[in-house]
Formats: sequence, C-alpha cells, structure tokens
Amino acid sequence: MALDEKDLDAMLNAYPAKVKKNRKKHILVHDSSQARQEIEANTRTIPGIITNRGCAYAGCKGVVLGPLKDMVHIVHGPIGCAYYAWGTRRNKAKAEDSKQNYLNYCFSTDMQESDIVFGGEKKLAKMIDDVVATFHPNAITISATCPVGLIGDDIGAVAKAAEQRHGIQVLGFNCEGYKGVSQSAGHHIANNGLMDKVIGSGELTEAPEKFAINLLGEYNIGGDGWEIERILQEIGYHVIAVMTGDGSYAALKNAHVAELNLVQCHRSINYIAEMLETKYGTPWLKVNFIGIQGTIDSLRNMAIYFDDPALTQKTEAVIAREVARIEPIMEQYKRLCEGKTAFCFVGGSRGHHYQGLFAELGVKTVLAGYEFAHRDDYEGRDVIPEIKPDADSKNIPNLTVTPDEKLFKLKISPERAAKLKQTIPLSNYQGLMAEMTDGSIVVDDLNHFETEALIKALKPDIFASGIKDKYVVQKMGIPAKQLHSYDYSGPYAGFNGAVNFAADVSMAFTTPTWNYTTPPWKNQPLLAGTIESN
Amino acid sequence: MLECTPQTITERSAGKINPAKTCQPIGAMYAALGIHKCLPHSHGSQGCCSYHRMHLTRHFRDPIMATTSSFTEGACVFGGGANLKTAIKNVFAIYDPDVMAIHTTCLTETIGDDIPSIISSAEIPAGKLVIHTNTPSYVGSHITGFANMTKGMVNYLAESDGKPKKEQVNLLPGFVNPGDMLEIKRLVKAMGIKFIMFPDTSGVVDSPMTGEYVMYPSGGAKVEDIRDSGNSKLTLALGSFASTDPAHQLERKCKVPALTLKTPIGIKATDELLMALRQSFVQEIPAELATERGQLVDVMTDTHFHFHGKKVAIFGDPDVVIALTEFVLSLGMVPIHVLTGTPGNAFEKKVNAMLLEAGVSARVKAEGDLFELHQWLKHEPVDLLIGNTYGKYIARAEDIPLVRIGFPVLDRSVHSYLPVVGYKGAMRIIEMISNALLDRADRDAKDEDFELVM
Repeated sequence: MALDEKDLDAMLNAYPAKVKKNRKKHILVHDSSQARQEIEANTRTIPGIITNRGCAYAGCKGVVLGPLKDMVHIVHGPIGCAYYAWGTRRNKAKAEDSKQNYLNYCFSTDMQESDIVFGGEKKLAKMIDDVVATFHPNAITISATCPVGLIGDDIGAVAKAAEQRHGIQVLGFNCEGYKGVSQSAGHHIANNGLMDKVIGSGELTEAPEKFAINLLGEYNIGGDGWEIERILQEIGYHVIAVMTGDGSYAALKNAHVAELNLVQCHRSINYIAEMLETKYGTPWLKVNFIGIQGTIDSLRNMAIYFDDPALTQKTEAVIAREVARIEPIMEQYKRLCEGKTAFCFVGGSRGHHYQGLFAELGVKTVLAGYEFAHRDDYEGRDVIPEIKPDADSKNIPNLTVTPDEKLFKLKISPERAAKLKQTIPLSNYQGLMAEMTDGSIVVDDLNHFETEALIKALKPDIFASGIKDKYVVQKMGIPAKQLHSYDYSGPYAGFNGAVNFAADVSMAFTTPTWNYTTPPWKNQPLLAGTIESN
Repeated sequence: MLECTPQTITERSAGKINPAKTCQPIGAMYAALGIHKCLPHSHGSQGCCSYHRMHLTRHFRDPIMATTSSFTEGACVFGGGANLKTAIKNVFAIYDPDVMAIHTTCLTETIGDDIPSIISSAEIPAGKLVIHTNTPSYVGSHITGFANMTKGMVNYLAESDGKPKKEQVNLLPGFVNPGDMLEIKRLVKAMGIKFIMFPDTSGVVDSPMTGEYVMYPSGGAKVEDIRDSGNSKLTLALGSFASTDPAHQLERKCKVPALTLKTPIGIKATDELLMALRQSFVQEIPAELATERGQLVDVMTDTHFHFHGKKVAIFGDPDVVIALTEFVLSLGMVPIHVLTGTPGNAFEKKVNAMLLEAGVSARVKAEGDLFELHQWLKHEPVDLLIGNTYGKYIARAEDIPLVRIGFPVLDRSVHSYLPVVGYKGAMRIIEMISNALLDRADRDAKDEDFELVM
C-alpha cells in the first residue's frame, strides 16, 4: 500500500490548524521526478507533541563526551541529568589502564535549592578538587544542565581556575537542555569544545604509521566500532582516534596527524570534519559501515583515496573472504525476511544507514526519517548554503578555524581531491532521500500520533526506532527493533554486524510468541452444538 | 570493574558519585500514570521528558506516554506560559486524555513559572481536567516527586461532601510496581473492605498484549474515585516518604484521618497493614489470608538455615529499604549497610531504631551514594546485596550476589508484574534471597561438597 500527498494531508487533518501547517513541512512522499524536494528539519518541536527528541545536554554529555573513557565527566546540575546519562547508551569501551576507565561512574554536583539561590560554582569547584584527589584523571569535562545557565554559573571560569590548581585540562560545556531544538545542538557544542581544546594538543606532528585514519561519528554502540576496527586493522589501516566510541582523551589529542577522516554519522560530526580539513589539511570521506554493501563501498572508497596497490589488494582480499564467509548465513536469514517492509526512524544517520542492510535482507524501507537531523542529512550537502540560521541555531556558538601554523599539512593535492570527488564521497554526503525509492515516505521528527496513523495506513512488518515507541508498536502486533540500543545486542556494523542484525531481525519475525496474541476463545463461539430437527 | 574506587574513604562534601536517587519529575510522571486516562506533561526542556519516558519504559517494558513543553532559550527568557498553553491545547486536541497532569522541572522552577495562573488562562475543553504539581529537581528525589504528584491529586481532585465519612479506606501505595499495587488491593478486597487506591498504575504500565494499541489502558485510579477519597473514613499512607505528605494534605483538606504504615514488604509490615484495617473496619482477617500468612511462616522456618546470620547490604528508595530491612531482620539476617539516596532524617532514625531493637550495628545513611556504599563493602563485605540494577557493578566488582528489588530494574524482566508486598510478596523475596545465596554456594562448592539436597 502506498500513500500520496493527499492521503498525508487527510491524515494531518486530525491536528489543530497550526500544528498541521507545521507538520506538513516535515513530511513528504519521495518523488525523484521532482528536481528537488525540500523538507523542514532542525526546527522546534511544537509544545504538547509526543516527540522522541531529547535535549542539548543529552547530545553533548550523553552522546559525544560520555564515551571518552579516560576523562571524568562531571554533570553540573540537579541529580537527574547525570543519572539518566549513566550507562544508558551502550557506548562500550575497553580501557588500556583499568584505573583510568570512568565509564561506569556517574558524577553529579547534585545541586540543591541553596545552590540555585546562591550559585553552584563553589560546589562545582569543590567537586573537581574531590575528584582529582580521589581519581587522578587525565582530564575533566563539565556539562551544564538547564538551571546552570539560568542562574549564571560561569563554568568556564570554574574550569579555568581548576586547570590552574590541578595542572590538568578541565573543559566546560554550556550544553543547557534548552539550547537548540534537539540533541543535535549538544553534539555541536561538545565537538566544538573537543576541536578547540583537545585535538591538536598531542605531541605527534605526523602519523606514526602509514594509512592513518580517524573514525568520526562512531560511538561504539554494542561494539560497532570494534567490528569496524577489526576490518580496518586487518587491511592495514592505523586508527589514530575515534570520535568518540571507545575513544580517549589521550588519542584524541593526536587526531590532527591522520591522513583521512572517516565520517560515519554525518549529522553529529560533519562540521568537525570540515574544520579538521581547514585546520590540519585532512580531507574527510563519508562512510557507512552498516550493511555489507555499505561496508564494501566504504572500504573500496578508502582504498581509492590511499591509492596503494598492496592496500587495495588486501582490501579486496578481506572483502572477498568476509563476503564468502557470511553470505551463506545471510542467505538463510534472507529467506525469513524477504518481501517484508520496514519503517526506519532513527537519530541522525541510522535512519539512512540501515536501509541498505534491510534491503540486503529483502526488506523494503517504506518510511524513513530522523529524530534530530538537519536538512542536509535528508537533501544532501548541496543544500547547506541555503539553510538560514534561526533564533535557535544562532544560540549555538559557531567555531571558526584557520589553518594551523605548525600542524597544517595538505594530505592530498587540491587537484587530486577534485578528481577524487568525482568518484568517491570525499567531503560529500548525498543525504537520505537520494537512496530512497519513489513513493516512500520521509518524516522528520516523527511523533506519536503520526507513528500510529502511518502504521495503520502502511502496515509495516517491522518498525525500527527507539525504546519510547518500541512497546507502542509491539502492542499493535508489529515487531519493533531498537536501533539506538540494538535491543542490547550488537555489533550491527561491518560484516559480523550484518549477520547479528539479520539474526535479530529474523528472530523478531519468527518468534513463536506472536502466535499467542489472539486467544483461542476469540474465534470460537461460546455455544457450540447442532440444531435438532424433529 | 569499578577499579577506580579506592578503599580509603575520604570525606567528600560536594556532589554525588554513582547516585542512589534521581530527580523529582520522573516520580511525578510515574504517579500521574496512575490516574485513568491521564497524560503526564513535563513542563521543561524536551530532554527531561525523553529521559523519564526512556527510564520508565525500560523498567516496565510497556509504553510510557507523556508530553513536554519543549522549551527553547526564548521560552526561558520570556517564561514558559506560551509553551504551556500551546501544549494544553494540543494535548487535548491530539491525544484527548481526560486529565493532563503537569509537573515542573528545574528549569521552570528556576525561572519561576506560575503554573496555576497559566492553567487558569489556558483553553481547556469542557469536562477535561488539568492538574499540576511543583517538582523542583534540586529538592528531594524521585520519591519526593511521586509524593508531590499524589498530593497534587488531592489538591485538585479530592472533595468532601460534608456527610458522615464512608466505610471505605484510601490506599496510597507509594512508589511501587503495578504488581505490588494489585497485591495490596487483593489483600484489602479479601478483608471485604471498600477501598480507593491512588495513584494506581496497575492496568496502565502492565497492559496486556492484544494486537491493538490503546493509548489509555483500562487501569488507573478513576477521577470520581479520587474525588470520593475525601469522603473515606481513613487514609493508609504506605511508606512515609512517598505517601505521608499527600495523606496529611487529604486530612487537612477533607478531614480524612491519615495513618502512615510501612510499605507492606515482609511479614511484620503486612501484619501491621491487616491489623490496621481489622481495627478500623472491624473486619476479621479472612481464612484465606490467615493461611497465606501461615504458609509464609512455614517457609521462613523451614528454610531459615539458607539465610540466617548472613550479612546483607540494602540500598534503594527509603520506604522500600526501611521495610526490607525490617523483613531481613525477621529472617535472622544481619543488615550491616543500609543506604538510600533520598534525603530525610526519618530514614536513619527508623532504620537505626529497628537495628537497635535487633541488636545489630550497621552503617545507615540517607542521601548517600553508591560510590560510598561500595567503599563500605570494601571495608566490611557482605554475603548478599539487595537493591536496584545499578548495584550490579558493585556486585561484580566485589563478587557479591545481587537480589534486584526496587526501582529501576533495567536488566531483568517480569519483576513489575510480581509483588514484593504482602505475604505472597514476602515468600517471593525469600525465594529470591535463598536462590541467590544457594546459587552462590553451588558455584563455590568443591565437587565433593556439591549437594543434591539443600
């Protein structure tokens, strides 16, 4: 079943007029015959709408900073914000030194009423002193929560004073939850801070080994980053730093020496990739390690970039071996999944990335969208110059960088870069819509009402989203796959990840538990018998 | 695991490390779900609502619906009135609840939004209700938030008709699972006493699979029942931290006498609940409950050697921890560390009194954190840890079996359906404790000591 613009319009009639007018701009039926289709994104969610979106703090501390394992992340605010970002995102990490792994710890200044009234700076400074005395971390971050900005605590000044007292970096992040319109603002605030204060502060001036790369926008959920690194290392790549899954402060300081930056999640990190190119001369390549073909394409594009015969040969050898190994397994799962349809509504990149993997299982994505993406994530980077800053995006400080006098090193010539851009997505991303089929639905900031209505209209066989809508969808008898936390499974990236995903999705389709939804008495009359005739 | 935690305890005066509490609004959201056809609303930034829904959904594995005022920087400057009024309009137009229950957040408390005046100037459809409570995240804990929303129900809904009080009891269950609420109701029903329970999340966050999604499941306290609670002759506040405050408010507002009891976890607390009902309503304990009690005592006695004398550490929410401490004492166990993250002197006073009576010396702390609990355990190890899922890191680090009771339990399922309250719940706790200890004994036994019968 398909929906057209008219059907969508009718569906939105259930909304009050203002809401309908707003939401209409966030939903479209994909039509490649149109020269371009514009979607509204990264704008405010209307109050009173059941949205999946979170806040700037969640994007800053929860997503970007939290995974950095060798830093103590202090959350300055009342207890809740620290508590909810404690162990809840599955960003796994192995520490080189187990005494410098703070991932299972939660640090909160636990602001009380008196701190709100009289200011919380002293308490924050005291907590930093306590933390240094007890844990001796390499560095500390401070993330601000809503009341901090409102009462005017100057966390930057507290951080600076603490740096002088303790001789370690203390970074303040003003990621109050009301900033911006979603987590995206927080990604930006966190990454700007790391770009400005950490990257480039290491001792290396050039890469210690050949084929040195950074992996940007990979958060190692369920061990995704480890599977990607397994493949990359075998081919011969040297991973300098990961932003930020299983990442470390120590590694991040030397991220400037990489010869290429890979961008997995375009949404959360594309501007940092741009800045790294400007400041250190390192180009970036859009990769997608979700799905077999996505992984193969990414590896081949990397090989094209480095243009080394041995590397290219090894790339092909690894691809051939891995594909031969997993294809028969995937084939078995494909038989269970073939011909089904999916909704894929996730974050800021997975709404796109998982479509390829679904397709490899024979599952067609009939609706996709992002929770907190910007227009370029839907429409491609060409649209960026057209995106006008609004009151909310203007609140996020813009970082401007210039070539670093000492560390700028052009990794490839402009001529070669220009040539490469014609064949590989170097410094480029086409967005989610380019790969979707005509007639499929694209929705930005999908909400509860639309979820219910669109499921009823399109009856997908599986719904890929997050925990907040998972059980709503399952109550409707439709399997729901969490693509934020992977339902506590994973990795889903790379070759092994594709197999894990295929197994989990097949399990969701085939679990016998679905057979019991309708009780036996529903389809049988209470009274059974025959009519006697005399 | 947790290798950065040193054994040496140094005094920390600022902040919490590995907290044993969270903030008020999540408690308020949970309580609000205990009203039939109610949509909780979080007046603050989107992240609060998102985090609370995430956490509650993970604990209950059921849909947790709530809306948010979706604050931006502009709303912080100009006040959240416009956002809240828009939200009220949209909530009723799109999601059509009978009641919208607003709670505040640290943001809206700090900027001082006056919720009643915003509500009074909002468009509310005829027959629909908007209630509110203030839940500043920088005061108390999620338990305080639960109490405040329950108090909000009293403030907005409970009414006295001025006639003689009815032969019915109000039950304020506190922050417990729907399985517990069901069990408490079953006990009171078995006593033959008419009751009104609020909040009541049974039938809401434990909704059945039918192949159809229902936004407002059949459960939850009905507004007319909460209204009628002002005419009851008694309120039983189960758990002083979560329930006393709203019970007193009902006493002030509608002259319904309030009696605070423990959360009915364990034999003594359940006895006290039944005895209070028996006395107030002159109803004899039915044979059915007498048998259940007898069975419980039978099990306690038959298996006492599984747990007697074992050292135990208990952490979690104050009402649950107080009752659990009492119960493990009844089992002959030795609680040597007892901690809650929620502030309040009453916690230490109550627990210390029980321990004094039992002749047990222990470290007892309110407003503590799990980092400190871990350090205590390094100094004085225990045989068993009882608490929520966050205890699993300590349990692994120190190789201590963990029994999961409380909120949240994020890594095990079914817990929210089964009670820990009442005689049946006590039997279930014994099963959990015994199994954890016996599994450990089996794991650690040499081949020659590995036993068939235990």
